[in-house]
Amino acid sequence: MFQFTLRRLLIAIPTLLIISLVIFLLLEAAPGDPLGDVPLTVPPEVKAKMRTALGLDAAWYVRYFLWLKQMFWVEPMHLVDTLFGTHLAEGMQRVISFQSRQPVMDIIAERIPQTLMVVGSAYLVGVLIAVPIGILSAYRQYSWFDNLGTFISMVGFSVPTFFTGVVLIILFAVKLKWFPSVYDTTLKVTDWASFTAQLRQMVMPVTVLALYNAAQISRFMRSSMLDNLGQDYVRTARAKGLTEKVVVLVHVLRNSLIPVVTVIALGVPQIFGGAIITEQVFKVNGLGQQLILSIHANDLPMVMSLTFIFATLIVLFNLIADLLYGILDPRIRYD
Amino acid sequence: MTETTATFRPPRNQWWDVWDQFKTHKGALVGLTIFVIIIAGILIGPWLWDMAPTYVDLRARNKGFSMAHPLGTDQLGRDILARMMAGGKVSLSVGLTAMGLAIFLGTTIGVLAGYFRRLEGPLMRMTDLFLALPLLPLLLLMVTLFREPLSKSFGPEGGIFLLIVTAIGATSWMQTARIVRGEVLALKEREFVLAARSIGTPAHRMVLRHILPNVMSPIMVSATLGIASAIITESALSFLGLGFPPDFPTWGRLLFDAVDQIQLYPMRVVLPGVAISLTVLSVNYIGDGLRDALDPRIRGR
Repeated sequence: MFQFTLRRLLIAIPTLLIISLVIFLLLEAAPGDPLGDVPLTVPPEVKAKMRTALGLDAAWYVRYFLWLKQMFWVEPMHLVDTLFGTHLAEGMQRVISFQSRQPVMDIIAERIPQTLMVVGSAYLVGVLIAVPIGILSAYRQYSWFDNLGTFISMVGFSVPTFFTGVVLIILFAVKLKWFPSVYDTTLKVTDWASFTAQLRQMVMPVTVLALYNAAQISRFMRSSMLDNLGQDYVRTARAKGLTEKVVVLVHVLRNSLIPVVTVIALGVPQIFGGAIITEQVFKVNGLGQQLILSIHANDLPMVMSLTFIFATLIVLFNLIADLLYGILDPRIRYD
Repeated sequence: MTETTATFRPPRNQWWDVWDQFKTHKGALVGLTIFVIIIAGILIGPWLWDMAPTYVDLRARNKGFSMAHPLGTDQLGRDILARMMAGGKVSLSVGLTAMGLAIFLGTTIGVLAGYFRRLEGPLMRMTDLFLALPLLPLLLLMVTLFREPLSKSFGPEGGIFLLIVTAIGATSWMQTARIVRGEVLALKEREFVLAARSIGTPAHRMVLRHILPNVMSPIMVSATLGIASAIITESALSFLGLGFPPDFPTWGRLLFDAVDQIQLYPMRVVLPGVAISLTVLSVNYIGDGLRDALDPRIRGR
């Protein structure tokens, strides 16, 4: 197991490096110019100076290695500095956004809480809904509950999240006026009133994302339960005279959760991608919205860093899913 | 069906068996019906309702449902029914073409990786790498970065169409490649492949004649599901404002344009949204039914 973990970790490093190179070259190959919005009245020599100031006149591989150094060497040191009050990264150049001239990581750190709050609670709610539905659907296969569940989950992952979001806005924000349609990120939770306001504005984005995830996870839960319910050990457990509750909720459920847990882990990075759309619908100022803004503004360092963070999440959670599978299922040990 | 009747049955094409099994899946049948109706509406509709989707009539702005405009008009007085039909044509053709590209790439890579041992390592590494890419951000990037030069060289409509189809196709072939590779690996060990090899069948004929026909069923299922996800991706791009240009309607674009006036005219958001959802739902159901119908273990029971 240890060897396997080590090997996977070692594979993850070149994977991430190649991905970062692919993203960088894609940005490089693109004809867009970060100085495209500079007025035409600016003389060319000033423009050339601006280009030098942004570091754009160096060759692409120089800039790529500079970015690598800043991302993997300067930023971690800066993190250590802020955490422990040391001065390791003093005077070193950090990854700077073209648009706001602020360090990219500071902007990301500002926006991560909103994304995590919405995405995290949505995923949690989704899993909490999906698991019981999956269990019941499998236990009562082909019952009206199962058929209804199948239909709803089919609808759940067929209807795009931007449409569910918009429909919820029409129903609950425009017609019924229960919830605000725009997520107010300046809201600070200080007392009970602001706490309920926070809850109210989170209801709709969380519902949209949770429904979408629950639809997928409940299908996996159902088929995994069905696989296990037909096994010999279930019959043995029943023959021993265990109550139905113990058989289903202890013996079968535990074994069925193994593949589902890995599916849940694999779904985490996807939901960050899905959050790009949901954040746009409800105007949450999270990472996804920042990505769209930076793409429109041709802010290369920001786009590069954000996309790389999304890629890191995917690689990381793939690794976690693999390891979890090995830990949970002793039949599958990778050595 | 007992053994005796089966032996006396006249020989027939296996696709009839598939169709018989497909017919027993109620959801798939309903899905197929709805999908055919939608396609008919998009293809035949413009013959019956010959109003141009780009015709601007400023005197008839923001009208509700009426005889002159069955689904009303938008903020520039353009007929929404005509725009829905034109939008559906683009959305569906993007979905079909992107799916075609993805299936072609996925099948080629899957067959090559499964059949030629030497190619397996590098090709599957590449597939894993693609699976680890953050797809939606990359799609957004590709579309924004290459929009201008492509619309210059291929015209605004053709350029964007080409760009979106290529971008979606190039980022959604991985699942197909994995499935096809698995199937090919299993097929390679079968006796009929050995028999064909023993009479000296060259590799290209082996793949085209013996391997490909046998991996058709998983390919067809993933093709069906691929249409659904391509349509969703295209409308998501349009919804983020990074899809087709404004005077070139797609369902996602219509939805995006209507969101600003959601308080006043919610119907304009709901119509394209329902169209997208209904199409994707019916395609998903067809895929579900096909999967059952093409599985020989389920078929004939």
